[in-house]
Amino acid sequence: MLSKSKIFFKGTVAVLPHMLSVIPFGIITGAIGVELGFDPILVYATSLIIFGGASQIIFMQLLSGGASSLVAVTSVGVINSRHLLYGAVLSEYLEKLSFIKKLFISYFIVDQGFAESNKYIKQNKNLSNPHYYILGTGVTLWLCWQLSTISGIILGSFIPEELGLKFAIPLTFLAIIVNDLRKLDYVFVMLVSGFASLILFDAPFKSYIILSPIVALIAAFIMLRLKK
Amino acid sequence: MTWFSIIVSGIVTYFSRMAMVALIDREMLGTKVKEVLNYVPAAVFPAIIFPGVFYNDFGSFVEITDPKIYGAIVALIVGFYSRSVIATIVSGLLSYWFIIFILLE
Repeated sequence: MLSKSKIFFKGTVAVLPHMLSVIPFGIITGAIGVELGFDPILVYATSLIIFGGASQIIFMQLLSGGASSLVAVTSVGVINSRHLLYGAVLSEYLEKLSFIKKLFISYFIVDQGFAESNKYIKQNKNLSNPHYYILGTGVTLWLCWQLSTISGIILGSFIPEELGLKFAIPLTFLAIIVNDLRKLDYVFVMLVSGFASLILFDAPFKSYIILSPIVALIAAFIMLRLKK
Repeated sequence: MTWFSIIVSGIVTYFSRMAMVALIDREMLGTKVKEVLNYVPAAVFPAIIFPGVFYNDFGSFVEITDPKIYGAIVALIVGFYSRSVIATIVSGLLSYWFIIFILLE
């Protein structure tokens, strides 16, 4: 029987390899926020309040490019809707917790923490306190994210504009999905989204950022139906 | 206004994390919806990548010789084979810088 702190620590250790991507991503997020012209406090506030790397970059990029708040907020919602999926899976392990504890632990649900927790808890079915593992992954990732965005904010003010660091934005997102290029159905959805975004780019209020994923998800839905 | 947007975005994001855990019964999300949600990253991120590569800062289509296109191709190939996030980003940036600072100088 593992103690609570040991389970927590196991979660921490499990996400350590992910720091290789989380820390540079955090630094880029902070640095880009500053380069886009946002007040350092605002850039950091996105890490604390939104706490979702990809959505933070898009949020700042859209607002600095003249998008309306509604478009920026909706895009954050679309990008982060994937958490619904994580929550749906994790809720099974969190069922016994009190409502307050559920509310607390929810803040720490992130991509890499979800992936590791789900893997571990599935392999250790009779773990007594699985939420400590989830918390171990989430709190560790949270802490690294906060520290790395702060580092990026500080570094960002020293990075010359000629470097064109903005190009790191598409590259970062390419890095997130590049593994899915091995699956044809994912490639199809990506191409639909990509071409839709090029066609819809001039749509008002930068709404291409919401319309293209919707078009791609409809395509995914039709694809799933045809497959059966 | 920016503060307001950040707070609303924070609430929306927190809701996406909390809804299935604390509010909604797991069964309410049907298998069809779950299957489609799997594709959310594939549906969202190319809409950021394509314009980031193929449009310039002024919102017009780049030329076929644009350094960003070649940087992205290098990153794509390196990322596909290395499966490494850092290698993808670094190779893309380095090849981009190589083109703009050395080849085009």
